[in-house]
Amino acid sequence: MNVIEKILSAHSGGETVRPGRIVSVDLDYVMANDATACLAVDIFKDELMADRVFDPGKVVLVMDHFTPSSSIAAADSHNRMRRFAGEQGLHHVYDGQGVCHQLMMERHVLPGQLIIGADSHTCTYGALGALATGMGSTDVAVAWKEGRIWMKVPEAVRITVKGLWPAHVGAKDLILRIIGDLTAGGAAYKALCFDGPAVAALDMAQRMTLANMAIEAGAKFAYIAADETASAYLRAAGRSGGRTFADDADARYERTLDYDVSGLAPQVAFPHSVDNVGAVTDFEGIAVNELFLGACTNGRFEDLEIAAGILAGKKIAASVRLLVTPASVDIYLRALESGVIATLVRSGAMIGTPGCSACFGGTGGILGRKERLLTTANRNFRGRVGSPESEIYLAGPAVVAASALTGCISDPRRIAS
Amino acid sequence: MIQGKSITFGNNIDTDQIIGAQHLILPSIAGMAPFAFEHHDNFTTRFTPGDILVAGENFGCGSSREQAPAVLKHRGVAAVVARSFARIFFRNAINLGLPLIVCAQAAEIGELAGITINGDRLCDETTGRQYGIEPLPPFIAEIVASGGIVPFLRRKRLSGLV
Repeated sequence: MNVIEKILSAHSGGETVRPGRIVSVDLDYVMANDATACLAVDIFKDELMADRVFDPGKVVLVMDHFTPSSSIAAADSHNRMRRFAGEQGLHHVYDGQGVCHQLMMERHVLPGQLIIGADSHTCTYGALGALATGMGSTDVAVAWKEGRIWMKVPEAVRITVKGLWPAHVGAKDLILRIIGDLTAGGAAYKALCFDGPAVAALDMAQRMTLANMAIEAGAKFAYIAADETASAYLRAAGRSGGRTFADDADARYERTLDYDVSGLAPQVAFPHSVDNVGAVTDFEGIAVNELFLGACTNGRFEDLEIAAGILAGKKIAASVRLLVTPASVDIYLRALESGVIATLVRSGAMIGTPGCSACFGGTGGILGRKERLLTTANRNFRGRVGSPESEIYLAGPAVVAASALTGCISDPRRIAS
Repeated sequence: MIQGKSITFGNNIDTDQIIGAQHLILPSIAGMAPFAFEHHDNFTTRFTPGDILVAGENFGCGSSREQAPAVLKHRGVAAVVARSFARIFFRNAINLGLPLIVCAQAAEIGELAGITINGDRLCDETTGRQYGIEPLPPFIAEIVASGGIVPFLRRKRLSGLV
């Protein structure tokens, strides 16, 4: 078996499994957020007629998409979540503490675990050698009750990455390039397994960026083996344990793709599809109105630090607004204490409450007609952050910071030097 | 057998297009349903309950929001025919009992065509063309035949494979 099959096997009784087989798997965590939890509560109570969740320590609820509540409907919805959490005695309920996936990575996920979440970017946890995937509210309600769910064992695609990372190029540029090559549905139902020296060289922040966007090629899981970098991350977070798995000698992958980052340029996905990808040099000069640095894709301390390095001592263009939202309170505090937030604010940035912020548009940063947003988020679907006549461009933190200075899409290799 | 007229879409129809993020906070699917495909004029002007949505590759990509298939079902979409479906949307629709049909030639079907889906065949009554459709895996077909995952689980008395 390959490592994906081995983790699924370990959670379904230990039998050998192969792609296409449907297995019932035991879950380590079931996560839902304020865009999906209330519907799951309705289904749990009204349709499944369930009384108790399987384990109040393994059900995680996060208010991140609409917090601080931006409408009466959002406030009512949050109160329904709090009421359910109280009734069930849930141990882990977060409001305004950060994006659900960042909180899961900082506080819960361990290597070898199997997790579902009612959010498509749940695949982020593959950065720690766990298997995690997004599902809908009905599946989550079933999992709350049963502690298990059915899954089809996926085919696995290995993506081996070598080369030395050029300056101002990172995991966001690589994953955008991969999605551009695979297309938006090119990895549908599959597990994407990233390995090779250029992946091993990445810190946890960048590994999370890589795993986060696997869903944008349609993938079910992302996976990066837990190594010493992962262990050091867990130790720093005060956690230990988990289980590491490795391929058997007969491990099979549907195919292997090879990438070399040595010659990779900063990448941009242009409207209105994530696979609409090209080098930043193809888009230089396109004027933008709003820039967003944040989200479960690129709202980590390391991302903020990259932007601060480019923006230090300078002012953003008068024609743009720059929104920065740390992905969690821990990141926010570290960025405050290190001076990164002060650098960003002095350059002209607005700082948001940790959460999904302008990736989702549930709390602000909404675009008007004909406006353009350049964002470190993971989706550029038409109308996702406001007007259906607006445009969204995706890039990494260096491109966003460089472009904030000029007011148009700019190559950080030119601006920052 | 499912019969209805077609409302057509292209490739990579994402769940933000099906139901916008700002509507997810509304307290009920009934409250969200009027906003289904609110920026797609063919849906807002031509759709009537019982119609069949016909699309290209990767229908339902993006967010895990189950509200997307739920509002389509609430509006009376009889089935969605596509060349392929995104994984989470597929699972959500099956769980809700919304029939999804995988048809390799879906892009050949025109707007407002009369469609009949019967067994493993799809007939475009407007052109007279017949197309094969992919059968669902037996376990998935059993969930659909039960009317969704909740009635399926009731039938299994919550003791079988979940």
